[in-house]
Amino acid sequence: MPLSPIQAPEEVVAPPARPWRLPLDPLLTLAVLGLAICSVVTLSAATRDLVLGQPRYYVDRQGVYLFVGALLMLALSRLDYSHLRQFKRAIYALLMFSILAVLGLGHTARGSQRAISLPFFSFQASELGKVFLIVALAAFVVDRARYLREWDTTARVMVAALVPAMFVILQPDLGSGMVYVVIAMTLLFVAGTSWKQLSALIALGAVSLAVVLAGAPALGVHVLKPYQVARLTAFLHPTTNAQKEGYQQEEAKIAIGSGQKTGRGAGATQIPLGYVPESHTDFVFAAVGEQYGFVGAALVLSLYALLIWRALRILTISKDLFGSLVAGGVAAMLMFQVFVNVGMAIGIMPITGVTLPLMSYGGSSVITTLLAVGLLQSIYVQARASEALKGRVPLH
Amino acid sequence: MSMIEQLRPSEPRTPVSPQLALRVAIMGGVALVMFGIIFFRLWYLQVLTGEQYVQQANANNRRPLPIPAPRGQIFDRTGQPIVTSRTTNAVQITPSALPPKGAPRIALYRRLGHVLGMSPRHIQALVIKSRQTVPYAPVTIKTDAGRAALTVLAERQNEFPGVSQQPVSIRAYRFGEMAAHVFGHVGQVSEEELKLSAFRGVSQGTVVGQEGVEFYYDRYLRGKPGTLQVEVNAQGEAVPVRLPVTEPKIGYSVKLTLDLGLQREGEAALQQGIGLANANGNPADAGAFVAMDPRNGEMLALGSYPHFDPNKFARPLTEGEYEKLEGLSHRQPIPGVPAPLENRAVSGGYPTGSTFKPITAMAALEAGVLSPGEALGGGQCIHVSTEQFCNAGKANYGALDLVNALRVSSDTYFFEVGERANSHGEIIQREARRLGIGEKTGIDLPEELTGTVPDRAWRAHVAAQERNCERIKHVASCGISDGRPWSVGDNMHLAVGQGDLLTSPLQMAVAYSTLANAFTHQGEGTVVTPHLGLEIDDSQGGLVRTLGAPPKRHVRLNYSDLSLVMEGIHDATSMAGGTSADVWAGWNQAQHPVYGKTGTAERTENGAHVSDQSWYMCYIPDPTRPIVIAITIEKGGFGDQAAAPAARLMASEWFGQAKKLVHGGNKSF
Repeated sequence: MPLSPIQAPEEVVAPPARPWRLPLDPLLTLAVLGLAICSVVTLSAATRDLVLGQPRYYVDRQGVYLFVGALLMLALSRLDYSHLRQFKRAIYALLMFSILAVLGLGHTARGSQRAISLPFFSFQASELGKVFLIVALAAFVVDRARYLREWDTTARVMVAALVPAMFVILQPDLGSGMVYVVIAMTLLFVAGTSWKQLSALIALGAVSLAVVLAGAPALGVHVLKPYQVARLTAFLHPTTNAQKEGYQQEEAKIAIGSGQKTGRGAGATQIPLGYVPESHTDFVFAAVGEQYGFVGAALVLSLYALLIWRALRILTISKDLFGSLVAGGVAAMLMFQVFVNVGMAIGIMPITGVTLPLMSYGGSSVITTLLAVGLLQSIYVQARASEALKGRVPLH
Repeated sequence: MSMIEQLRPSEPRTPVSPQLALRVAIMGGVALVMFGIIFFRLWYLQVLTGEQYVQQANANNRRPLPIPAPRGQIFDRTGQPIVTSRTTNAVQITPSALPPKGAPRIALYRRLGHVLGMSPRHIQALVIKSRQTVPYAPVTIKTDAGRAALTVLAERQNEFPGVSQQPVSIRAYRFGEMAAHVFGHVGQVSEEELKLSAFRGVSQGTVVGQEGVEFYYDRYLRGKPGTLQVEVNAQGEAVPVRLPVTEPKIGYSVKLTLDLGLQREGEAALQQGIGLANANGNPADAGAFVAMDPRNGEMLALGSYPHFDPNKFARPLTEGEYEKLEGLSHRQPIPGVPAPLENRAVSGGYPTGSTFKPITAMAALEAGVLSPGEALGGGQCIHVSTEQFCNAGKANYGALDLVNALRVSSDTYFFEVGERANSHGEIIQREARRLGIGEKTGIDLPEELTGTVPDRAWRAHVAAQERNCERIKHVASCGISDGRPWSVGDNMHLAVGQGDLLTSPLQMAVAYSTLANAFTHQGEGTVVTPHLGLEIDDSQGGLVRTLGAPPKRHVRLNYSDLSLVMEGIHDATSMAGGTSADVWAGWNQAQHPVYGKTGTAERTENGAHVSDQSWYMCYIPDPTRPIVIAITIEKGGFGDQAAAPAARLMASEWFGQAKKLVHGGNKSF
């Protein structure tokens, strides 16, 4: 932590009569609550006819996931995140183990092997792995803080992220794999890796992307499955693909566009009649856009903006570098997922199978996101506690 | 650090290194740009172009289903409705409500087939066909299923998922087979018909007129179908949602020139004529009649036998039933079996026998190659080179003048006229064509015969066709022509309405009408356009338009020549020895003089001689209701024996005289 205060605070000592304060970041909590409500409301309309005779099938489950996730978030917020640093090897091992376990004994859902079936529900290791990776990599970067200028550090961090990312992409879960890479690069960025190295990383990424998408297939080596390449590039030429890869995206665009300013409400047809596949998971934003229009979509986006702003804010107030890095990783994860997911629904990003945090139906995604938010809350609480110790702010 | 920072003084303020501040600011900036892009894109999609996406969404899930428009009615000339629409219960299948494919569905088809008396395969075929033409629409399996079947289906509804009863409007021909060939029938528009200009704008699955007046005036009768919107999900299944409905518009009515009484009598008379022929040992099984107003071509009656019941087309006909009506069996014509669907009055092409003689006479007289007083045709036969041309039964009428030759229908007289005419060019052919033979009359019915008036050029043409055909198919003979050139014998046969002449009862009626109206106007005749349509009315009876058919052309005939010809055919009905005098015995000739001519045409079927075709043509003048009647009976024998008695029955009906079926005994051609 920096040692010298930059500004003198106006109130040095807390007024004794200060009322009880939420032991959490109120705005962050507000954003999470708002998104949870939006998710339930959207899903209740969009999934009414998905399971015959059980209109509340998805809503009820999502409610349970949100509740469990909220409990975990609260529990995490009570813990001091900084203790996690010492478990970094265990956490990283857990990450690798769960991902490999999925490859080994996971069951296949829609052609991808992503989840391990537990007695209660099946868990997607790659989702939970995002949080594990943030914590483990942040701890690793903090350990190497003195050697940040060295290529060695950058390379090690990137390799530590790329190895699980590769296995996740093999499952195949391209979206999560990309999130891992983004998390690693963001951690380096926040930690202060030199611009030169960051630029080199980005250039390397661009080159390898070109090789994977265009170069290797031309030579007959398929790093990605053909359908992944097709999905990735379909958004570039939507009309020629209206019947194939581009279909989903085109229908999602129609759904969102037809929502107009205030949405179609009960008159919605694209989502309730099933024209947009996966409208409760990856394409949930299309459901928001059709039913609640620009107003609803803007509300959801505003909540995400609030969420991301709080994450960045918590980054800056963290009591230590570890907290800042974790907050930065969470912010990057949220930013990337929101932008890629919404971008894919509105036809400006390729289809990569990234969930919309908190909005998309699914226990793994919801609980992972809430765990990540729990980390943010913990960083916030610890920051307040440490400031309070220094007498700057009231603890609660 | 920032404005927000100052507004929230309670937040911890940890000193942040400038490097971290910059990098966090960059992240914030990236987020800002991202959200900016998303907001602008959303604004563009939802606000600026949202309307277009609403339309796309609706196009996605709305399927318009046509609501059939009730067809307009068809009236006779007095305004009495003959063809209407009636509402009946149809058994329908809603494909989306059917049990799953495979055994459960087959079992349902089997149960339903059992109740309706249909094969499960047929039901399945109907469902599949309908799903291809009008997806999502309920499929009509049977109309008029009968009360017993409907009760079973209603009582045991749970055993028949997806099967329902719907009131549907179907065509009702009140008098069944009567005038069936005039009305034609209706049916679902076919792929080929959709390409016709007559059916432009008609959508698949629409019921349209397919023959007769139903076809010809379809664009007036069909009305405008309404639309029912059905919502379908991504799997293409209909979703029960009520969407706005456009009501169908009932079709216009067509008022015909037809006289119901005369039509009914004509059909009865034709069958009695056939009965007479059968009693005489002639295997008559088909025929046609035409009655029209010679002044303007209004069709008073028109019929063909065998006939059919157009009501049958309202229930879907099976392939076999349809083939039967077409006179086919396994897509091959059945030899010797007349097709009920064929309208012989309009599409039948026959030689006419002696009914052609007045035309030959007019031609020869007008061309100046024959003088009326000249006595010709003595003896039983005429010999030209090696061929001999004889009277019927080798009768010898002696040498006669024109009037008497027409009265007794002397073939030898007209053979001589034909022989003489041949050396003066195509006199007879020109006259026949001038009067309306060998061209489409322009009647408002489909599939009209053009006909053939044979001449030198025609013979050369068919000979060339034959040669072509033989060369292409590599066969010894195609049977189109024997390849010989035009001969005087051809002209002699034509002179008596034989040989290669092909014309329809309708064309003959037009030719006789031309003679008749020239006769009443001092030789100034018109070739009328026969027509059935009188006017188009809307469903409230308001006039939409009248359907006049202007005469095709004006012809000038020499009145004194015409008078002699008319005298000849009047004598034939009224004087001793006249070919149909016995049939008209007792007819009030003073009040309604009959100008009539028998015809007995020799015909071959598939190269073999069959019984002669019985013809009768007559014109009966009247100041207010003159009439021309044409009757032909295939394999009916002599004209006087089958066709002429039927004509008298029709004339009696028309002029309110006592009906009397008179057996004619005259055996001339």
